Amino acid sequence: MNLEKVIFGFFIVLAATLNFGFFVGDLDNPMHHDVYELFAAIVVNLIATVLKFGDRTHIGAIHLSTSLVADLQLIAAALVWGYGVHVASVGMSPETIAKVVSLSGGALFANVVSVVILIAETIMQKR
Amino acid sequence: MNPEAYESTLFLALRRMRAPLIMLILIYAVSILGLTLVPSLDAKGNPSQMSFLHAFYFISYTATTIGFGEIPNAFSEAQRLWVTFCIYLSVIGWAYFIGALLALLQDQNFRNAVRLQRFGQAVRNMREPFYLVCGYGETGQLICRTLDQLGMRAVVIEIDHGRVSQLDLHGHSADIPALAADARQPEILKLAGLTHRCCRGIIALTNDDGANLAIAIAARLLAPKVPALCRAETVETAANMASFGTRHIINPFDKFGRYLALALHAPAAYHLLEWLTAVPGTIVEPHRDPPRGHWVLCGYGRFGKVMVSALEQENIPVTIIDHAPPASESQRRWVRGDGSRTLALLEAGIQQAVGIVACTHRDVNNLSIVVTARELNPGLFVVLRQNLQANQSLFDAFESDFTVVPSQIVARECLAILTTPLLEPFLWQIKQRGESWASTLLEQLTERFGWEAPTVWSVCIDAVEAPALMDWLHLNHTPAPLGDLLRNPHDRAEELECRALYLARTNDSTVMLPHRHTPVQTGDQWLLVGCSAARRDLALTLSNENTLEYVLQGREIPGGWVWEQLAWLHAKLAGPER
Repeated sequence: MNLEKVIFGFFIVLAATLNFGFFVGDLDNPMHHDVYELFAAIVVNLIATVLKFGDRTHIGAIHLSTSLVADLQLIAAALVWGYGVHVASVGMSPETIAKVVSLSGGALFANVVSVVILIAETIMQKR
Repeated sequence: MNPEAYESTLFLALRRMRAPLIMLILIYAVSILGLTLVPSLDAKGNPSQMSFLHAFYFISYTATTIGFGEIPNAFSEAQRLWVTFCIYLSVIGWAYFIGALLALLQDQNFRNAVRLQRFGQAVRNMREPFYLVCGYGETGQLICRTLDQLGMRAVVIEIDHGRVSQLDLHGHSADIPALAADARQPEILKLAGLTHRCCRGIIALTNDDGANLAIAIAARLLAPKVPALCRAETVETAANMASFGTRHIINPFDKFGRYLALALHAPAAYHLLEWLTAVPGTIVEPHRDPPRGHWVLCGYGRFGKVMVSALEQENIPVTIIDHAPPASESQRRWVRGDGSRTLALLEAGIQQAVGIVACTHRDVNNLSIVVTARELNPGLFVVLRQNLQANQSLFDAFESDFTVVPSQIVARECLAILTTPLLEPFLWQIKQRGESWASTLLEQLTERFGWEAPTVWSVCIDAVEAPALMDWLHLNHTPAPLGDLLRNPHDRAEELECRALYLARTNDSTVMLPHRHTPVQTGDQWLLVGCSAARRDLALTLSNENTLEYVLQGREIPGGWVWEQLAWLHAKLAGPER
């Protein structure tokens, strides 16, 4: 067992699960989507991205790019949330939450790709 | 370290930044999360909670020590407690991150990796022809300086860091990318542009024959079309290089042996050769011709062997002074001892000798030998080997007849091959034509141009070097005599300060010393000698139509479309009256 692999796998899967947890629920119901879950998803995604730095293999490059996509989508979601609540000052409206959730849905897809790559990589291992 | 390893260093560097980055992210996350959870007060003093936007904003300006104060509302006591904790946490986080970053930037491996990347980038961006010089020692410096003066680019690989940093101090007019690396590695050679389409040649000048051989092999296999010039100091290396088709192998000792043999039997031809191949900016001093008679040679090493065979080829008896006897089968006269001792010199018959060759590998020994020998026999002809450029002033102070500086011989030879490929067949012709021919030519040339090193260059009549003349020949169908072309573009009554030495036609015919009526044809290759201003003027004449018309016909053509139209109108109006 390789401790580095454990941590790596842990963060990738955690990023995907947190993302999924935020994403499930009615698209336009603010009650179903918790802001802390989004925050946790962003932080774990960022950590997962940094963990993927410095891998020079082809798979490593794809890993990094999926993570960057997820970061981009989640940060965009957070920005939309902040803009909707504070700048447009209409409070949390169904339109805003729908935008946020659909953006996080895109991030979820990238995270799922990441997990699939992780599984594929593991299966390719002969041992 | 090869480029592969350097590249992985970059990835390792990224890996080393993982821990500080993750630490920073965690510190921010904990601080922001805490700030949103800790009870706060709204504008009216009622309990509420900070939103993520405000928390992120607050932590951003606090962690970076900007500190705008308590925004948006005055903080509750609980918030102040948490923020105090956050401030210390973030200071630690940033200190760790910046410390790690600076340590990484100071890391020698990382800096080497960055240097290698920049060097590779600079070479890849080369858009002009360049020469790849391996070894920036005395010879390499001389070659780079001359190439720079001639307006040609160079790329340098040198194993010694100190010499690479010297390169910046030498003040070349063009930028010379340089790398401190081992040129024996093919990857390094590739990175330095061996396979680059603008690479015009590779010059291997390291002081290690093995390295030069490795470079020659790499050049032959990786870039067979790129000519390789390689320095070889032993016969074995030279033979090895020749066996796989290295085009130019330069053995400085062998070269000098041939010079001396030429100087012995054809002094004028030797002087002519020396004058034509002199490094630009130097003055060739005519010295007395080596006399025939008994010679003494001190130090029977690599150079000594070459010198003995050169002298014996001219049927000149030589006595060798060395600690070890020469090869047993030879019948050479040999005196055991040290050449700087009077006794050994006397035993070798220095008082009856006409010349002495001091060619040990120590400069001080060589000087000591010739000083002692001159005291015993003031009329001696002295050939002195100088090993290090650093001792130049000592050798200048002692007036020898010949000073052999291997680095200069190699540099001269390289430059002659690189810049004027036509010079080689011409020099060969000089050796064939005989002594009186050479002495007449030498007299004519030095009378006209002086003993200063001349500019020797070749011109090819093609679309690149002579576009204007190509057009003119195509339109006019009349030959352009050489004498008419070699005129001053500012005043055609004046002749340019240059002379044609050799002409190679496309049909393989060659002309020695073509006279002024020789017609210039498409595809001709001309070898010219003269001053550098003449070279520039001729280049202008060959490439500018108006100048060419003026030089050949004496007519001033107006430049620009409007003036051309006016001139045409003027000619039409003036036409009928004539």
